[in-house]
Amino acid sequence: MRAERYDAALVAVGFLACWQIVYGLAGADVVSSPLATLMRAAALLHSGNFWHDAAGTGIAFVYACLIGVSGGLVLGLVLGLNRFVGDVADPILGSIYSIPKITLYPIILLVFGLSLAAKVAFGVIHGIFPVAIFTMNAVRNVAPVHRRTAKALRLTPFATIATVLAPAALPEILAGIRIGIAVTLLGILIAELFAASSGIGFALIRATDVHNVVDIFALTLLVFLFAVAINALFHATERRVRKT
Amino acid sequence: MPVSKVGLARAAVIVVAFLALEILCRAGTIPRATMIPPTEMAAALWQILRGGRANADIAFTLVNTLAAIGLSVFLGFWLGAALHALPRLRRAFEPLLSAYYAVPVFIFYPLLIVAFGVGRTALIVMGAMFGVVAMIVNTMTGLDRVPGVIARTASVMRMGAIRRLVMLRLPAALPHLVTGVKLAVAYSVIGIVAGEFILATAGIGKRIAFGYQDFDNRTMYGMLLLLLLAVMTVNGALSHWEKRLHLRFGQS
Repeated sequence: MRAERYDAALVAVGFLACWQIVYGLAGADVVSSPLATLMRAAALLHSGNFWHDAAGTGIAFVYACLIGVSGGLVLGLVLGLNRFVGDVADPILGSIYSIPKITLYPIILLVFGLSLAAKVAFGVIHGIFPVAIFTMNAVRNVAPVHRRTAKALRLTPFATIATVLAPAALPEILAGIRIGIAVTLLGILIAELFAASSGIGFALIRATDVHNVVDIFALTLLVFLFAVAINALFHATERRVRKT
Repeated sequence: MPVSKVGLARAAVIVVAFLALEILCRAGTIPRATMIPPTEMAAALWQILRGGRANADIAFTLVNTLAAIGLSVFLGFWLGAALHALPRLRRAFEPLLSAYYAVPVFIFYPLLIVAFGVGRTALIVMGAMFGVVAMIVNTMTGLDRVPGVIARTASVMRMGAIRRLVMLRLPAALPHLVTGVKLAVAYSVIGIVAGEFILATAGIGKRIAFGYQDFDNRTMYGMLLLLLLAVMTVNGALSHWEKRLHLRFGQS
């Protein structure tokens, strides 16, 4: 464990060193130095403008996660419980999942206009499919003996889901939710980069337009840290669920 | 190959979905300004392809995508093989690799534009950044699953490290490598098309974004259809190949 921490610290130091070297080679026009980026990021955290943008992204993110995750769970549960319907839908879901959804954003803009709803809808079409696919596979992979037990005990469909299927499938479903939430964030940021009136993505594209390198780096760093934190939180939860 | 009940039902679902969309569009329930009927999308695409006015954009995207896929697969394979050979380094990098796709990698695109300017290079690097980690992870998984007996065979035959990799491990890890390639293709396309969409000089994504901004729905939906058909065809073919390999090698 100690050796692992030591190695992780070494990787972090190596990364910072590389960053500093690239900065030295490329200059402040292209790369902002690690120190300047950190200081700018800290300053951003104390500025009202940043929190205004963060709120714009955050609200869309929360709505999109709620809708995407619950929709994906229901869809995945239905497809997982019914073998035939699942077989029919599986490759269709797979190919929808693989398309670059950014190309669908204009359609969403045409339907919803340039609004919070458009951002949320775009986040949802990113997140709903991985949650559905993972949930479907999780439910399908529940050991048949568990299902037969539920049948032998004459559990109602609801009780079967609540007391047998959900606990057995939970770790895999959580993995699906983790991925779904990650791509939801990606979707919302891409939407903001393309067309929006507020949000972190919008702030990023504004900074790109005026070639504000420090802001680009600082914003990127903050989003990066936020995403890593969410991911770590989910990994910890998954580990705890697997143990029990 | 006999058509299965599942396949028939799937075809029916797709046909019904398209018919419903067609009827809703023709009836005006979905206004023309929002979406044109699927048959008109196909007609628009045919017109664009015959007129050849999008050829330069299609070639631009195709070349960039191939370059990004090539880079992802090549670098991903060798980096994966290197990390597999160096367990300590791998342990240190593992958390980074597993968190990689949790980070919206696309937010690095503005950085790339600053570094390389608006153009081919930024797009290709973006595409490769999206794809390479999927290839690294799947290469490592594939090499992990190579049966021990193969490694012993290699020592009996006194094979060198490179020959061992190319002649024994590579074929044994093939199913996972194909999974890696499939994901690298999907991710690279997403990276490049998204880049073209946000800020670029040419490309299919740029054409679609232009169509949207000019209220030129025929161009927008025609090019959109082209992209979706291309991605789904390639992805379907790779998935099919992947499934067959996994079945043949009897592992998952």
